[in-house]
Amino acid sequence: MPASLVQNESILAIDVGAAVTRAVLFDVVEGQYRFVASGQAPSTAEAPFKDIGMGVREAITNLQNVTGAILLGEHDNNLIAPAQPDGSGVDAVVATISAGPAVKTVVVGLLSDISVQSARRLAESTYSRVVDTLDLSDHRKPDQQMDGIVRSRPDLVVLAGGTDGGASRSIQKMLEAIGLACYLMPMEKRPMVLYAGNQKLATDVKELLGGHVGKLEISYNIRPSLETEDLDPGRHELALLMTKLRQRQIKGVDELNLWAAGNLLPTAYAQGRIIRFLSKLYESTRGLLCVNIGASATSVAAGFAGELTLGVYPQYGLGENLAGLLQQTEIDDIMRWLQLDISQNVLREYLFQKSLYPSSIPATKDEQALSQAIARQALYLAVRTAQKDFPAHAQPTRSGVMPPLDLILGGGGAISDGTSLGQSLLLLLDAIQPVGIMPVLLDQNNLLPMLGVAASRSHYLPVQVIESGAFIGLGTVVSVIASANYGDQVLRAKLTYSDGTEARAEVKFGGLEILPLPNGQTARLSLQPLHRADAGLGPGKTGSVTVTGGALGVVIDARGRPLQIPNDPVRRRELMKRWSYAVGG
Amino acid sequence: MLAPMLHVLPLATIIRERTLPVAGKVNAHVNQHVNPTDVIAEANFAREHVLLDVARTFGVTAGAADKMIKVNQGDRVMQGALVADSGGLFSRSIKAPRAGRVMVVGSGQVLMEVGDTRVELRAGLPGIVTQVLPERGVVIRTAGALIQGVWGNGRIDNGIMVNLMQKPDEILSAERLDVSLRGSVILGGHVRDQETLRAAAELPVRGLILSSLLSPLIVSAYQMRYPIIVTDGFGAMPMNSAAFRLLTTNDKREATVNAEHFDRYSGNRPEVIIPLPVSSEPPEPNSFETFAVGQTVRLRRPPNIGMIGMLSSLPRGLSLLPSGLRAPAAEIKLENGETVLVPLVNLEVVG
Repeated sequence: MPASLVQNESILAIDVGAAVTRAVLFDVVEGQYRFVASGQAPSTAEAPFKDIGMGVREAITNLQNVTGAILLGEHDNNLIAPAQPDGSGVDAVVATISAGPAVKTVVVGLLSDISVQSARRLAESTYSRVVDTLDLSDHRKPDQQMDGIVRSRPDLVVLAGGTDGGASRSIQKMLEAIGLACYLMPMEKRPMVLYAGNQKLATDVKELLGGHVGKLEISYNIRPSLETEDLDPGRHELALLMTKLRQRQIKGVDELNLWAAGNLLPTAYAQGRIIRFLSKLYESTRGLLCVNIGASATSVAAGFAGELTLGVYPQYGLGENLAGLLQQTEIDDIMRWLQLDISQNVLREYLFQKSLYPSSIPATKDEQALSQAIARQALYLAVRTAQKDFPAHAQPTRSGVMPPLDLILGGGGAISDGTSLGQSLLLLLDAIQPVGIMPVLLDQNNLLPMLGVAASRSHYLPVQVIESGAFIGLGTVVSVIASANYGDQVLRAKLTYSDGTEARAEVKFGGLEILPLPNGQTARLSLQPLHRADAGLGPGKTGSVTVTGGALGVVIDARGRPLQIPNDPVRRRELMKRWSYAVGG
Repeated sequence: MLAPMLHVLPLATIIRERTLPVAGKVNAHVNQHVNPTDVIAEANFAREHVLLDVARTFGVTAGAADKMIKVNQGDRVMQGALVADSGGLFSRSIKAPRAGRVMVVGSGQVLMEVGDTRVELRAGLPGIVTQVLPERGVVIRTAGALIQGVWGNGRIDNGIMVNLMQKPDEILSAERLDVSLRGSVILGGHVRDQETLRAAAELPVRGLILSSLLSPLIVSAYQMRYPIIVTDGFGAMPMNSAAFRLLTTNDKREATVNAEHFDRYSGNRPEVIIPLPVSSEPPEPNSFETFAVGQTVRLRRPPNIGMIGMLSSLPRGLSLLPSGLRAPAAEIKLENGETVLVPLVNLEVVG
């Protein structure tokens, strides 16, 4: 790409999370955009601060301390923009936000298995919690529906239904119930509404709801025909509505949006945008999977050659929602990830105590182990929930396993703050349980959403920053599926380096093997499965592939899919320790 | 770095907003002295609505139905009152299914609110009304001891506080709740069974101030009609020494237990207020500070969870923690003399 195409502007990206606020500087170095440095500070959306601006300024101050650049005015503590001749300031700001309470959402559609599902998927592409659903199968009377909406005090209503030019009468009846419910709420508490249904009714929607709701946005129909679902335009409108909602809810969001000249987006939306873009750029038909475990939510974005599946799950967030995690999963399912010999009660109390202080971090090894076990289960659940919404061509051929992917990218505090890169990789492998052969990257500075929003300032920035090695390559993972007993040999692997030397591994079922291959290097990996095991080339198929290195090298995961975890706690803990040791302890 | 505060104050000016959940009538005025049980505002609000579809019932257009409706917006109607009449030779009518108020009339429909519920808002704490929030409530100022907690069951009451705690890790059991404690606010300790919560309800008590609660008891705690406040957290945790000292030295004083939910966005949190006579107005507490050497802090996570100490140094940069994580941290000299390294995000300043 010619350097002249790059605008020579520095960009400050700010991400306001529920627990941490990050400030990241991107600048042009030798004609290419580079990630320069990042600074972070605890977020201040919550009391007692109640103003995200304080955390933002502290993060920028920490960024200044790292880079030596002056970004904030000495006297007014305001951002210096554009960059000044003396080198201070930045040319542009972009921002993302995931802080804020889960958005209480009412989902409305006609058919429970068609438009309601589409509306639900749309609602789940942001930080929402569905509190009520209305559809034709709802047997409540209109006044009961109305009271249900009033009682649930939604922040948002996502309204779909009717193919373009199709049913209208039924939707109008639902509109009346929603309009009346909104009318009954105090003006300042009325929900924002996104209409993404039959386009013929857009004018009626404006007339019926326009004067009674907090804000009304009309999007293209997310279900233009029974066979077609198109969430992209709706996702965009929803992202803009979410930003407006956060402006209403949280002090300082207005100012940040002003700094960003309107380039403020929900973090998960920005993450989804960049994953869709990258999956298109790299023509990934099998899919790029990006997961992020944060305090506000666990999000899963999967791109399939430009087609995006995006799921944001506050119920699997590791912050204030942790107290509710046991409503989503059994405590034993979290316990299975623990190397510690502790009682269920200890884990239960940990969940509740941590939910009181979402931004606190584990200070001891035991607490870190608990935190990592919870993160594994949260990610495990989030990925399985999202996987159901993958496009048909990306659904797995075997039930209970993931479809093969081209690449996995992990980010968010629980993954990137792992005590070692090996632990970060093991968390991803345990929770996702990928199938096939794929590189795994770590977004240690949580850059991905920022790249997603920065793309609106510069199309070149995301690609140049990614290609400059802003992410840490953890290695290439080879997952082995086999019907074997623990300890049976299932694979012979040989790695031939560029200098002709070789490394070999005899892989046994239930184990993790590592063949060293430094970051930035490639090598030829020959795989010879035994007992019709599938090492990503097909059952029993032998072959060789070129693989890229990483911090750990080539990781052969022969622990089975789904992962075979012994029920006996003593044996399970022993095995967990062994796996942990295999990736560096 | 900015530091959140935990208020455990022997004497402070306390300013609290007390508001109705819906718009209503405020009975108090500025400069009025109020007692905890005074009703300062009241409201009627309907929990349910009834939609009468006149057009559909009569099988006419919305416009025609509007002409048949006999009630107007704002009308109060009794059960059985005439709402609409079709007129003509074979006249049909629609009557109010329940007593209520007409909210909206139009498009051939009538929307009524029914099932009026009266809400009375009590002052909750003694003090002076400094501001009236029209239709919503008041702002009350008082002076006294303030002890914040981490969890509350959403209720409020007040009464004479009786101390049953000899030590911070005291366990409160049902056997200790005898009839002499009826109508009191109990300073308890750790509760680990449902029987204790039930025994307190049967007396009944005016409130429970606990150090900690086993998390499986949360559902039961919500069902209790008296306020329950937890000062330190879930599991078997002793009360932090600052709260323990302050609460136990105020034994037999009147205390307001406002066990409201910890709302991390509004900043409302459960608290105990012990009004005290003052000759001059004490200072208002800060809601946050910046971490600094010499501050008294409370540890929010293990190890040493709930312990109070003094911030003795703030190492620059990131510190390596026993967990393997790196984070900005502080050295804390605990009350037992031990010095420990604690990440700043696991600390709150007590004051």
